[in-house]
This record gives sequence, C-alpha cells and structure tokens, in this order.
Amino acid sequence: MALLEVQNLHKTFGKTEVLKGIDFTIDEGSVVSVIGSSGSGKTTLLRCITGLETADCGKISVGDRVTFDSTDKRKLTKAEKRENQLCTGLVFQSFNLFPQYTVLRNVTLAKELLVKEECKQQKCPRTEIKARISEIEETAKQIIDSVGLSDKLENYPCELSGGQQQRVAIARALMLSPKVLCFDEPTSALDPEITGEVLAVIRKLANEGRTMLIVTHEMGFAHEVSNEVVFMSDGVIAERGTPDEVFDHPKNARLQEFLSATLRA
Amino acid sequence: METFISVSTELLKGFGENLKLFSLTLLLALPIGLLITFCSMSKFKPLKWLSKTFVWIIRGTPLMLQLFVVLYVPGLLFNYPIKIRFTAALIAFVINYSCYFSEIYRGGIESISRGQYEAGQVLGMTKTQVFFRVVLLQVVKRIVPPMSNEIITLVKDTSLARVIAVAEIIMMADRFSARGIIWPLFYTGAFFLLFNGLLTVVFGRIEKKLDYFRG
Ligand SMILES: Nc1ncnc2c1ncn2[C@@H]1O[C@H](COP(=O)(O)OP(=O)(O)O)[C@@H](O)[C@H]1O
Ligand SMILES: [Mg+2]
Repeated sequence: MALLEVQNLHKTFGKTEVLKGIDFTIDEGSVVSVIGSSGSGKTTLLRCITGLETADCGKISVGDRVTFDSTDKRKLTKAEKRENQLCTGLVFQSFNLFPQYTVLRNVTLAKELLVKEECKQQKCPRTEIKARISEIEETAKQIIDSVGLSDKLENYPCELSGGQQQRVAIARALMLSPKVLCFDEPTSALDPEITGEVLAVIRKLANEGRTMLIVTHEMGFAHEVSNEVVFMSDGVIAERGTPDEVFDHPKNARLQEFLSATLRA
Repeated sequence: METFISVSTELLKGFGENLKLFSLTLLLALPIGLLITFCSMSKFKPLKWLSKTFVWIIRGTPLMLQLFVVLYVPGLLFNYPIKIRFTAALIAFVINYSCYFSEIYRGGIESISRGQYEAGQVLGMTKTQVFFRVVLLQVVKRIVPPMSNEIITLVKDTSLARVIAVAEIIMMADRFSARGIIWPLFYTGAFFLLFNGLLTVVFGRIEKKLDYFRG
C-alpha cells in the first residue's frame, strides 16, 4: 500500500520551472532512492514533500492525510500545519544541528516542546509533565544508542565529527517518528572515509522497515538499500524501477549518460 | 581651597547622572532596539521602509543634534516643552541607541543560517519556538562583541548630555575650571576608565560563558 503519494507536482522559481509534474508513490516500509545530476530538482522535490517549499500545483498525501493540495484554498490552522509537518522528517546535507545544545538536547528539544504544549492544553498536573519528559529522555537515549552515539550524550555538536553529527541529525528526526523519513544527500558533506558510518545507520533503518526517500550520489548504496530507484532529469522523473533495472539495464538515454559519467568519476 | 576629597564628591555626584543616564538608556534601548529590528525585517513593506528610514536618519545625524531636537522641538511644534532636561536627554539617548542596537541585532539575526530555521521547522517547532529556542542564543553569542563596543561608547557618550545642561560629570568639572581649577577636568577621565574597565571585564565573562559552543 502506498504510504507517500505525490501527484502532478509542479514548482517554479521565478521563471525557471524546476519540477514539471512529478508523480510517484512509496509503499509502506520501502526505500526509494532518487538519483540525478545536480540541478535536476531533487532537493526541491524533498523540500516540497517536507513542507519547506510550497509547490505551485499538485497533491501530496502521507497515509490517509493530505499534506498538500493546491486545489484546496482553505487556510490551514496552526495545528493542522504542524500535523502535516510531522508526517515527514528530513535529514539535511549540512546536518543543521543546534550548536548550543548537547546531543541529547538536540534530540529531545522538539518533542519536549510538543509534549509540553499538549500538557498545557490538557492542563496536566506537574507530575505527569515530569514523567512524560523523563520518558522522552529515555526514548531519546535509546535512539541515540541505536545510531551508536551513547557515549556522546553530553557532547556539543562542535565536538563531533561530521559523520557523528549526521547520525545525531538522524536520531533527532527519528525522535518525532515521522511516517516518511527523507534524506537529502546525507553523506555529501562528509569525507569519503566516514560516509560508511552514516550509510550503515540508514541501512539499519531500511532493514527495520522504515519508509524512506533518499536523495543520494552513492550509487552502490542506492543499489543495495533501495526497493526502487527514481532517476530525475530536468524536473521530471525520467526513469524509475528496481535497482537492477535502473542500474544494470537503463533505458533512458539521459540515465545511461548519467550512469556512465558517475561510474567514470 | 578645593581638596581632593571635595572635588571627588562633586564629580561623583556628576558621574551619578552619567550612570543614571547610561543604565536607563540601556534598560530601554535593549528591548526597543529589538522591536525596531522586527520592524526593519518585517515582510510588511511600508513598516520595513519606515523603520529603515528612521534608523538611517538617527544613525546619520549627530547625537548632539538629536539632543537639541528633543529638547526644543516638542515645545516649538506642540507648545509642550520638555521641562526636565534629564528626561529630554534620556529620550534622545534611547532613540539613538535603540537604532544602533537594532542594526547590531539585525546583523546577528541575518547571520544565522537558514538551515537552523528549517531544521526547527521540519521538527514541527513554531516560528516563535525556533526564534527563542534555537536562534536567540546563537544571535546573542554573535552580537556580544559589537554590543560591548557600543555599550562602552554609550558610557562615554553620556557626557554629551551636558550640551542641554544636564549636570553630568564633565559639567561639574567645568564649574571648577571656570574658577581656574583645571585638574578636576582631567580627573573625570579616571571615572570613565574605571567604569569601562569594569564593563570590559563583565563582557569578557559573558563571552567566555558562551564559548562552550561554536556557531
Ligand atoms: N530557492 C530557489 N530560488 C531559485 N531557484 C532555485 C531555488 N532552489 C532551487 N533553485 C533552482 O532549481 C533548480 C533545481 O535545484 P535543486 O532542486 O537544488 O536540484 P538538485 O538538488 O537536483 O541539485 C536549480 O537550477 C536551482 O538553481
Ligand atoms: Mg540538491
């Protein structure tokens, strides 16, 4: 069953049309990788799906929730916007950790604010708030442990390597249990010798059955981890299929060119 | 015959005015500056334009002139003269320093990468939460050095209030020089030096406190 459904997505910046009608779905528990040359619109697609950009036209739904529909002109309430926002998670190329907070605080902050607000609305007693917050902390510690950083709980981002920072960013996104977790070139800002530790974490998430959408230049990794690979070119999906189909038997000329260029590099 | 003690007491009285002007200006200009920053960064164009023009005028003209304007213009225009000179000075200082602070704040806020806001947004934080929980401390860290410069300038600028006859320290010293005793005038420097030295230490502490993170 499709968990993420993107229909006829269009996005224009000024005069350049960056997305020219994107349609695709991701089944629950499957991993889709997006490949394509720089400037083909991959980041824009992720930003539209995660609500950082508003598409001009099209429809996006996650599960039975429509998170974006250009034909629906109704103004969303704050609560609805947030609900939509929390359907998806995003891991950035440049980590974007909060520098002034420890690893643990980076992971707990957003969830804690959310729960505190909820408690305020429901007028929970103090003891319950406390209990829920310490619950959050426990969960966060487990997640941080699962990305292999339990010895860095009290460290600040500036004390971590790039690979470690990116793993914290993944933990931070996981903390809010998004239905679909998106990655925008999660290893592009890393030195080649430490991309492995981040890829290992993503691989583990794939094995756990997380639904993920991964923009990547790591062809070998995409081949290995994805259920499906999407090739974007010039704002459209030029080809999609299983990793074997896309990497071993590409039909689209642009894709053939792209693959031979990346393999040569 | 003026003794060192009696001169010191007189000057200290004057310096009390400087400190009063300094602390009240700081107290008011710090938050008002932030308000001006929000106006200058507003998406509502007329407000942004108005705010930027105002800042341009205040920063582009001498504080000394602004002191005279605040003292005389209400009386000329509205027949409502400001009688208390200290109040006039305070108003001029607050307006002037709010504008300077607002520009420092704006620089600080604009220097925070978009990624910080976006990271907060995708984690479901509201704009207010992102500002207060994520951005603010980073901005504070970045603006401490320029703010400390500006605040130390403020200490020295308070003596400008003398042009509208606020009895601040240099005016007090001048009363001695009118009687042919010059040295109290030079002695005033010690008061400024001492107080600014204290401020320098305080700001150094704050900078050190925020040294634990980079960004
Ligand atoms: N905010 C923006 N304003 C204007 N043009 C943009 C903006 N974001 C992206 N673009 C343009 O959209 C095109 C696709 O960009 P992007 O989605 O980042 O591609 P990719 O991630 O595949 O490299 C590029 O030509 C880029 O210059
Ligand atoms: Mg990109």
